[in-house]
Amino acid sequence: MSKTLVEKIWDAHVVKSEAGFPDILYIDTHLIHEVTSPQAFDGLRKRGLPVLRPKQTVATADHNVPTINQLQPIKEELSRYQVDMLTKNCAEFGIELYGLGHPFQGIVHVIGPELGITLPGKTMVCGDSHTSTHGAFGAIAFGIGTSQVEQVFATQCLLQQKPKTMKIEVNGTLGKGVTAKDIILYIIAKISAAGGTGYFIEYAGSAIEALSMEARMTICNMSIEMGARGGLIAPDQITFDYIKGREFAPAGAEWDKALAYWKTLYSDADAKFDSVLTFEAEDIAPMITYGTNPGMGMGIKENIPATSSQPGKEQLSYQKALDYMGFDDNASLIGKPVDYVFIGSCTNSRIEDLREVAEFVKGKQKAENVTVWIVPGSKQVEQQAKNEGLDKIFETAGFQLREPGCSACLGMNEDKIPAGKYCVSTSNRNFEGRQGPDARTLLVSPLTAAAAAVTGKITDVRDLLAEA
Amino acid sequence: MKKFERLTSAVVPLNIENIDTDQIIPARFLKATTREGFGENLFRDWRYNGDNTPKVDFVLNDPAYKGQILVAGKNFGCGSSREHAAWAIQDAGFDVVISSFFADIFKGNALNNGLLPIQVSEDFLAAIFKAVDQDNNAQLDVDLESQTVTIVATGEKTDFEINAYKKSCLINGHDDIDFILNQKQSIEAFEQAR
Repeated sequence: MSKTLVEKIWDAHVVKSEAGFPDILYIDTHLIHEVTSPQAFDGLRKRGLPVLRPKQTVATADHNVPTINQLQPIKEELSRYQVDMLTKNCAEFGIELYGLGHPFQGIVHVIGPELGITLPGKTMVCGDSHTSTHGAFGAIAFGIGTSQVEQVFATQCLLQQKPKTMKIEVNGTLGKGVTAKDIILYIIAKISAAGGTGYFIEYAGSAIEALSMEARMTICNMSIEMGARGGLIAPDQITFDYIKGREFAPAGAEWDKALAYWKTLYSDADAKFDSVLTFEAEDIAPMITYGTNPGMGMGIKENIPATSSQPGKEQLSYQKALDYMGFDDNASLIGKPVDYVFIGSCTNSRIEDLREVAEFVKGKQKAENVTVWIVPGSKQVEQQAKNEGLDKIFETAGFQLREPGCSACLGMNEDKIPAGKYCVSTSNRNFEGRQGPDARTLLVSPLTAAAAAVTGKITDVRDLLAEA
Repeated sequence: MKKFERLTSAVVPLNIENIDTDQIIPARFLKATTREGFGENLFRDWRYNGDNTPKVDFVLNDPAYKGQILVAGKNFGCGSSREHAAWAIQDAGFDVVISSFFADIFKGNALNNGLLPIQVSEDFLAAIFKAVDQDNNAQLDVDLESQTVTIVATGEKTDFEINAYKKSCLINGHDDIDFILNQKQSIEAFEQAR
């Protein structure tokens, strides 16, 4: 019988499937971090259980860590305690930890791929909703709650209903200044912040196939922002080339064996999806969000849709969002001054993102009214940026290159945007208060963020690229 | 896990859509390493001003609204996977959340903690908000066994869906770990066969 890619991977991991019960799904790799794991470790202690397969678990500290003077003791007491707790728990249960100071430390969804831990055909989970990132390799990867973290610790399995499948095709060629981030913001704006709920999404089409691995990660990363548990892309030569030679990637005979299997990982031509959507790359402009959920996005030169154009029941919430942002119906955002630019997060903090920004800002200066933070996704990305001299370009431009972590994406550490301030951000969520109480977030691509940093206001990057 | 069978209670209405987990419990309050105490910061930035004084117009600060049932607009619990959202709601004294649509991860987290998420139609949700508008103490009767919600004053009633396995977990107070631990042989057999 023909199968979708999700079904192929899912079926290969079902330990037991019984009518009336969710499937017992085997989990190949469990990624953990300091925020959503302590209560799960506690649960194990209460039940008197070990971690069943500690070698299939990898830990890092990312959500709560400072991004300057990272090797000094963490000043904030609760953050320090949480990070220390992770160290203690990993030691007690025999789990490998890439903590602060380790050359592999970084955002959990950046280090998995760069270390060759993330591989096609795997099932991967983490107590973090952006685990969907790893789907870029053709893996089933999704975020779980802490009770499920405990479940995977105890059994290396999860009870899961098989999800519905959706295919989103994007065909054609992207215009100049339009990137993977714009593709995903465009899709979310089209189908809403709830449009993918209940589905696993497979991204396909010529525009997706043309993307690098890092760009594919940006796409899959934000699947959760339309409610989808996960998103994935069939692995191809671009995937295999990216993986080969990485720290924990298979090598030698193991590589050949793995590669043979990976080449079977695609949706059969006549496989049935529960839903199929198709978009054209030519229709996509650089995107920006204007509201308080990622579905409230538009082409950067468009005007904010009027409240009256929204369905009746939704008008109250829509108006509340615009009030929070300080925006009016029908307004254009072009030329609007910004206060902060944040380039980072598991969505856009990889070396290609930093290169793209550096190439754009080379020889330019940030505007006086803007504070610019660049937070690399990992120690390896940070080191690579330095090796390539990107740090010098950022320094000359007045951008702060900080140390790796989740940082201002969610403001758990000190990197918070002050109340009322506008932050143009390459992260994934524009929720109220996400980057700090009463902070206002506008989600964009790294290129659009770089343009705002240089001009100090919201700018269509295509206009600057045309001048160059 | 906490058991749930039946509840008759007044409700706390929150007629807002797309309530994300950052509103339910902002990230800066996720630093605790135990499951308790998150209720204090439930809807923190909607409940309190920057100087920690309560915002008087927010429903959780209005003594007229009490009850163990939270009723909210569609796409409740979207955003992050933080189970702290379910813990905070439960810690603040709620046993049931009703909405016309739930985000997947939140729904799973709630069920794993004995907090019952009930999805009803847009029309029934509107009927609940209307009943609470008319009487802030309007009672709902939630019966898990028969999978029904009834607006006591008007007798309006609706069925709701729940996975049969999850239903039995709630009624018996069992969790997924209890279930899978009994499958250890199957797991080992699966690993060996790979």
